[in-house]
Amino acid sequence: MAASEYIIEIQNLCKSFDGIKVLEDINLKIRKGEFVTLLGPSGCGKTTLLRQIAGFIAPDSGTILMDGKDISGIPPYKRPLNTVFQRYALFPHLDVYENIAFGLKLAGVPRAEIDKRVKKMLKLVSMSDYEDRAVDSLSGGQQQRVAIARALVNQPKVLLLDEPLAALDLKMRKDMQIELKEMHRKLGITFIYVTHDQEEAMTLSDTIAVFNEGRILQIGTPTDVYNEPQNAFVADFIGESNILDGRMICDRKVEFIGNEFECVDEGFGENVLVDVVMRPEDIEIRRDQSKAVFFGTVTSCTFKGVFNQIFVNTDEGYELMIQNYRKYEVGERVGMMIQPGNIQVMRKERICNSFDTYMVDETHVELFGESFECSPVAGISAGDAVTAEFSFRAVDLQDHQEDGVVGAEVHFILYKGNHYHLTVVADDGTHVYVDTDDIWDKGDLVGINIKAKDIKIRKRND
Amino acid sequence: MTKRSTWSIPYLVFLVIFVVLPLLLVAIYAFQDAGGRFTFSNILRFFSDGDALSTFAVSIEIAIENTLICILLGYPAAWILANKKLNRSAVTIILFILPMWINALMRTLATAELFNMFGIPLGKGTLIFGMVYDYLPFMIYPIYNVLEKMDKSYSEAAQDLGATPWQVFWKITVPISKPGIISGVMMVFMPTVSTFAISEFLTNSKIKLFGSIIQENINSSMWNYGAALAFIMLIIIGITSLLAGNDDKEAAGGLI
Repeated sequence: MAASEYIIEIQNLCKSFDGIKVLEDINLKIRKGEFVTLLGPSGCGKTTLLRQIAGFIAPDSGTILMDGKDISGIPPYKRPLNTVFQRYALFPHLDVYENIAFGLKLAGVPRAEIDKRVKKMLKLVSMSDYEDRAVDSLSGGQQQRVAIARALVNQPKVLLLDEPLAALDLKMRKDMQIELKEMHRKLGITFIYVTHDQEEAMTLSDTIAVFNEGRILQIGTPTDVYNEPQNAFVADFIGESNILDGRMICDRKVEFIGNEFECVDEGFGENVLVDVVMRPEDIEIRRDQSKAVFFGTVTSCTFKGVFNQIFVNTDEGYELMIQNYRKYEVGERVGMMIQPGNIQVMRKERICNSFDTYMVDETHVELFGESFECSPVAGISAGDAVTAEFSFRAVDLQDHQEDGVVGAEVHFILYKGNHYHLTVVADDGTHVYVDTDDIWDKGDLVGINIKAKDIKIRKRND
Repeated sequence: MTKRSTWSIPYLVFLVIFVVLPLLLVAIYAFQDAGGRFTFSNILRFFSDGDALSTFAVSIEIAIENTLICILLGYPAAWILANKKLNRSAVTIILFILPMWINALMRTLATAELFNMFGIPLGKGTLIFGMVYDYLPFMIYPIYNVLEKMDKSYSEAAQDLGATPWQVFWKITVPISKPGIISGVMMVFMPTVSTFAISEFLTNSKIKLFGSIIQENINSSMWNYGAALAFIMLIIIGITSLLAGNDDKEAAGGLI
């Protein structure tokens, strides 16, 4: 078999810690020489995946192939890859030179060659004058350079970087991004980069894998991920966006914010509920209202340097974010339109909450480890296996956990132009999706109530 | 005087009464003859006192042996205690520290009784056993403290660079935990030199340590010579601590 073009292939990888799934069915192929970024919010599993590639933790199931060979049994010290750690992990008892030479000495490289390679690396990271310095006398940026040099000097096939720039200030981070990109170009080594900073991912990567809650949501080039996000989370996480509820009327025709629009999407079916994404710079705004499709009033306009960020309330009652070079006055009437190609339509992951559960008695159903009252249904009695469904609007969130049947925590908030779509996690770990007009913050502790008449019970036939 | 610094007055008074004054008294007695006149003779007498010199040598030898054994036993123990995979409960640490809650004299008496019960003759072996038993926690604790706080990413970084677990231990873990070892050595070595109760009970006074002759002199009202010996020991301990302290400024090993 010819050598694969992929240096690393991850297949059906799963990992749990203490029964909590951290990674679920991860599949990812990485080409030789590629700069791949694992992007996602904290706790999404991206670092766990990186640590499994490095060999510090073993996957529960699934395989990691390197050059087509399974590396699961190989301990970290034998893997031909090196890591740049988040907090650098420079050895405090060794100076800069000794830190960089550490790996080469272990590998038994002759002294003269160690010297040559360390000096070359110091030059590459512009730290030539610092070789005798103690590592704790260096600034954050300098320590970062030493950490990169210490990893690269071993000429690994793959360099793993775990949020290497997270501890640096903005200016330094921008400079280091350019340098990293330059190093990647010069050395031709495969880089696997973990970050939660979408801008950093955009700047550096050939390919971005967007993570959330242990799954890869989308893999693509920065342009793909930005222009054609595959779901509301990716659209919200990457860049600024207007995410709205919509309805696909038929191919190439979508309805949202109370208007019908031409679009380029096909194959969704007719009258299907969808999510619609519009990037703020794609909405055309003008004072001349003759050519506009929909209308509204400017509520705020903030100068952001290269553009103005404008919020408009449309006549149909939706709030949109728009970016434009021109300045608009608050209260000004404006007309807006959008090109069909700039409307991104996405299938909805779900249109209501639906749980497979059982009846506690005739008028109570088990949900999230608690018993919820529901209307009795003929032919369904205690103990029956049922599916309970309720709409996003049916969930009534309470300020205090004890006022609800079950407690929960607000996990993720998506603004939908005229309401918020929340993901709340109930005390037993179940995800519940809520539409609300009230403003909540991430991390708020809430109580969940659902009216008996809003819970629809269906018998399950297994 | 600011409000905050007035809080320290009780402690200052305590220090003066219980630390500075006694030290001054030791120094004054060491440089006085029986008639209260200033003299160096007490100090000089030590260097020509064959008995005292050989006891001193024996003390140092036993202290070195005790310290080495404590490191050999204490380091692995501290390593296991600090390793979250091997030791998941805080109870084990308390079990190791627990003997320190019981008075050292009582423990020593009990140990001597044990040797008698099993018919083991008292001598150097039993002395070293008793010392290791008494001082081991003082070695374990500071090393444990350093290892427990040590960033796990150091050992991961070393493995990542190709170090086997054995190499990680010798090239990373041991050097980084050096401040803990130094603290431990100071807490074991110094008191071993000056102890007298352990040698009295566990060797039936067959082996005399430096602490024993100080105690003998003081007991027989040879205040000035006793004070001089104590003074010499103090200087030696002081010099050793300074040497150890200079080597590692961040010797934040724990108990010191």
